[in-house]
Parts: sequence; C-alpha cells; structure tokens
Amino acid sequence: MEQSTFIQQVAPEKNNTVTKSAALQEPRFVRYTLIFIALAFLAFFIVLPLVSIFTTAFQKGVDVYVAAITHPDALAAIKLTLTVVAVAVPLNAIFGVMAAWALTKFNFKGKNLLLTIVDLPFAVSPVIAGVVFILLFGSQGLFGDWLFEHDIKIVFALPGIVLATVFVTLPFVARELIPLMQTQGTSEEEASISLGANGFKTFWHVTLPNIKWGLLYGLILCNARAIGEFGAVSVVSGHIRGMTNTMPLHIEILYNEYQFAAAFAVASLMSVIAIITLIVKDIIAWKSKSV
Amino acid sequence: MKKRKHLFQSLVLISALALALTGCSSSSSETNTGAQDTKKSVELLNVSYDPTRELYEEFNKDFIKKWKDETGQDVTIKQSHGGSGKQGRAVIDGLEADVVTLALAYDIDEIAQARGLLNKDWQTEFENNSTPYTSTIVFLVRKGNPKGIKNWDDLTKDDVSVITPNPKTSGGARWNYLAAWAYAEKLYKNDEAKIKEFMKALYSNVEVLDSGARGATTTFVERNIGDVLIAWENEAYLSLHELGDEFDIITPSLSILAEPPVAIVDKIVDKKGTREVAEAYLKHLYSDSGQEIAAKNYYRPRNEKILAKYQEQFPKLELVSIDDFGGWAEAQAKHFKDGGTFDEIYVPQ
Repeated sequence: MEQSTFIQQVAPEKNNTVTKSAALQEPRFVRYTLIFIALAFLAFFIVLPLVSIFTTAFQKGVDVYVAAITHPDALAAIKLTLTVVAVAVPLNAIFGVMAAWALTKFNFKGKNLLLTIVDLPFAVSPVIAGVVFILLFGSQGLFGDWLFEHDIKIVFALPGIVLATVFVTLPFVARELIPLMQTQGTSEEEASISLGANGFKTFWHVTLPNIKWGLLYGLILCNARAIGEFGAVSVVSGHIRGMTNTMPLHIEILYNEYQFAAAFAVASLMSVIAIITLIVKDIIAWKSKSV
Repeated sequence: MKKRKHLFQSLVLISALALALTGCSSSSSETNTGAQDTKKSVELLNVSYDPTRELYEEFNKDFIKKWKDETGQDVTIKQSHGGSGKQGRAVIDGLEADVVTLALAYDIDEIAQARGLLNKDWQTEFENNSTPYTSTIVFLVRKGNPKGIKNWDDLTKDDVSVITPNPKTSGGARWNYLAAWAYAEKLYKNDEAKIKEFMKALYSNVEVLDSGARGATTTFVERNIGDVLIAWENEAYLSLHELGDEFDIITPSLSILAEPPVAIVDKIVDKKGTREVAEAYLKHLYSDSGQEIAAKNYYRPRNEKILAKYQEQFPKLELVSIDDFGGWAEAQAKHFKDGGTFDEIYVPQ
C-alpha cells in the first residue's frame, strides 16, 4: 500500500505523455465500460453502505440520534477510544521513526529479519494479537500472579486495550517511512556529519524535515486503524459497559440489543471521523507533492 | 526560515506526545482514588451471559434504589455480556467480576476449578441451587409457521434450516443440545446409536453456528436466515416483543429445565471489599420485586405466586433437568469435551 502511494506520486506526469499517443488509446466503449464498472462497484460496495449508515442512524429522528451519542456509555466509549489513540499513535510515531531510521540509514546483521518482524502485525490476525496479551498478562498467564498480587490490571482494562492497539498498528509509520528514507539515501546525513553536526542534530535538522510528510501520512493511517480496531481489542476488552468498550465494541453491543438506530448513530460518528481522516490524508498527500 | 518551520512542527509532535502520556497517567490515578473511596460509593461488576442484558438493566436500577434507601450508599453496577463460556473464560483470565450470573453451572464450576476464585460448593450458597430464575428451550419460527414445526423431530427434516449457537462456546447452545438429546432419548428408548443419528440429522440442518445465543438470534431475526431458531424461552419472547408480529413461539412436548445460576466471586469481593453489597445484590434477585422483574423479562420465577401470576406466558411442558444427565460435569465430559458426542455428530459444512 505504501509503495502504491509512492508510485501514485510519480505516475501523473508519466500518464500525461502516454495518453496523447493514439496508438495506446483504448476504444471509447471499452473505456466507458471500464469506468462504468468501476463506478458501479464503488457505488454498491462503498457509497450505498455509507448512505445506509446515515439513513438508519436518523431513521428514528434527530432526538434518538442525539440521545444515542450522548448516552453515558457512548460518551465513555468515545473517550476511551480517544485515550487509546492518544497513547498508541505517539508510541507508534517514536517506534516507527526509530525503526525506519535504523533500517535505512545503517547496515547491520539481521536487518532483513528486523524488517520482517516490523511487518508481522500486518500478517497476524488481530484476534491472535489479543489472545497473546491474555496469555502474557491474563491471570493464568506468565505475569498473572504477580499482577494480581500487586493489583495491577492490564487485560480487561485500559492498558490491555492500548497494548493490543499498539501491536496492531505498529507497522504503519515504519512501513510508510522505510521506502521514503530508502530513496532519500544517506547523502544529506553524510554531508551534515562531515560538516561537524552530531547524530542528534543531524536527525533533527536533516532527517526529520525530510520525512515530515511521510510521517504525518503514516500517523493518519495509524490513527484511523487505532480508532476502528475491533478484533484484538474485543479479545482484551472484557466488554464492561461504560468502562472498557471502545466505539466499535459499543456499536456491536447496541446492534445486538436491537437498538439499530443508536448503533448506526455511533457508526455514523465513526464514519465522519473516517471521512475527515481521509480528507486530511489527501491534503497531506497533496502538500507533500507540492513541497 | 524554512528550518524554523520544521523545528516548530517537530516540537508540536513532541508536545502532543508529552500531553498524551501525562493525560494517560493522570486518568489512571483518578481511577485508583475512586476504588479506595468505598465508603462514599461502591462499584460492582456483574459478568453475565448474552440474553440477560434487558433483565439486568431493569434489575440494576431497582437494586441501586433499594441499596440507597437502605444504606444511603451509592452503588454503580457495571455489566459485561457475552457467550457464557467466553465470559467464564474472561473471568478465569482476569476479568475482575464481583458476581457472575452465567448460563449454566458448569461455567462457574470452571472458574472455581481453574483459579479457586470461589468455593467449589458455591451452588449451595443461595436457594434453589443458586438459581433465582429458570428458563427452558423453545422454538422461534417465522409467522404462521410455514414449515409446520411442532416438535424436535421436525427439525431433522431435510427441508428445515435450523439456527442454534455453538455448544462449545455458548451456554444456551448446550441446553439446546441436551434438550434435543433428551427428546431423542425418550423417542428411541435410550438407543444411543439412534439418538446420535437423530442429532446428526438435526445438526446437519444447522445453517449458521454462532458463538453466542444473542448472535444466533440476530442471525435468525435480523439476517433472516433459517426456518427455526432454537432459543431460550426468554430470548424468544424478547424477539417477539422487540420485533413485533413476525414470529411465533412453538413449545415442544419435552424440553429441559434451564437453570442459569448466580455466584459471588469470593476472592475478588474480598480483595475489593464488596462482599456485603454483592451478597445483597444476588439476594435481591430472590425478593418479590426481583422475581417480578425476572418474570417481566420472560424468565420463569422461582416464587410460585409470581409464577402463577404470569402463567399465561409460561406454558407447562415436560421438563428434564441437568440431573437426568448426571449433572454438568458428566454432561460436559460426555457431550462437549473434545471428542465428545457433539464432535462425533457435527460435521462442519
């Protein structure tokens, strides 16, 4: 995905020159059929569900909608989700920058292994991510007895939910930065060092400004996933209403309680966040191109 | 100039991070002080199974008011719902429940056994096997009963599609399974080969095997899959009540007396200092108003007077009990353990 976005940034100029060549032009009806199929597909799989979220949300009127998203349990779910994001996303930023920095600016043994490990959370099912933390921090887990004695709660409480989210979102920033930093190479850093700057100064004044947009882009993807994560969080949440239910879990509960309008009201709130995220993402993609 | 701008952005990032970390630590210290301050208010966590959501929502309000009137103390009750087996598992893994109100005794036995969180003889602590309300297993069919389903043997017919949850994860599903088994047992006079054939025919008709009772109901009611839902009586009535006139309830000739028990999790209440209120909470389920709320939410109350008042809602039928299966430990070992009869008769499609 990261690579494709990278290609996108290069692609437009190429396309302009290509489309002018008549030999490579597809017949009109082929083009329109393809466009039609693509649009129909999008309409059916994305626009229609999105519209139905909002219509169902407002089906029983604005009162029900407002009541649903201001219900104490809903507010608690929103607050919890935002707290998780506020911890998970900065952690990912730090880790992502460090990992990408290490992997692209230095050569060392086991580099490929580290690269594979960074990708692991993408390959592993979120459910497994959740179960792993139960095995570690659950009361029958490795640290279970010690945690119980010291009255420290990890799973079925905020720390567990944060851990699971961090695990699932771990690769986003690193994966965004690695191809970027690879193409940038080490020449600017080398210049900086040879002019007498130390490592930190070099990172601060040379590397960070260079990767700024890529970093923000990665953070936004990470943010979106952290808000929406269901599987891993569901395993470690314990589903205590008003305490350990994140927004996606709260939606499931409402749906199972036959409160469809309320469920979709909260879902619509999440959709709005998603749409805003996409807009911010586009602005950043556009800005990073123009800089 | 440009460098300054970059610097600024980096600073923003760092400060956001610092803010997030401090915000996190301050909120955790808040919860700590809240837990210590037990005199002012107290908090209970009730870990329950799927179909009791509406019951405990109503019951909790009643109890909060009663406790406040009697002691002047504020109590908040947190609820967690899910498949009974899954919820039991969560308590074993560290979900700190003050009370558990699960679908069957076996899941509470497991908690007692796995971690010794409660006494092995927990079921003698409250009246009626610590089961303040009972239920049974019935069928929910589409309006007008187009497939003409009357009894368990109708579920084995080729053209009938059945919805029931997975007995490995759902307590309700285990009651469903045993009820069907009891019917076959009577029909074939204990001929085990024939009973298994009957069960095999029934479960080969199962279209979706959800992990919990509420998931199965949603599949049947919302997603419109299946001709018949094998369900808790209370769950069937709730669907009827919530979603109006689209369904009929069919009571089979024979079913099982489902006893969803309640228990105090000793080690947790002693650690949190909530034993007194937890005990009062569960005892209140046996009180007149508790029994009335149970009946209103379609659970069969233990109190004969209140049961009589709602008798129209609860038709009489022949009921076997878990003791006819030799108790939960035996039923679990024979039917639901790996390699049990369920594994024998169920072939995933």
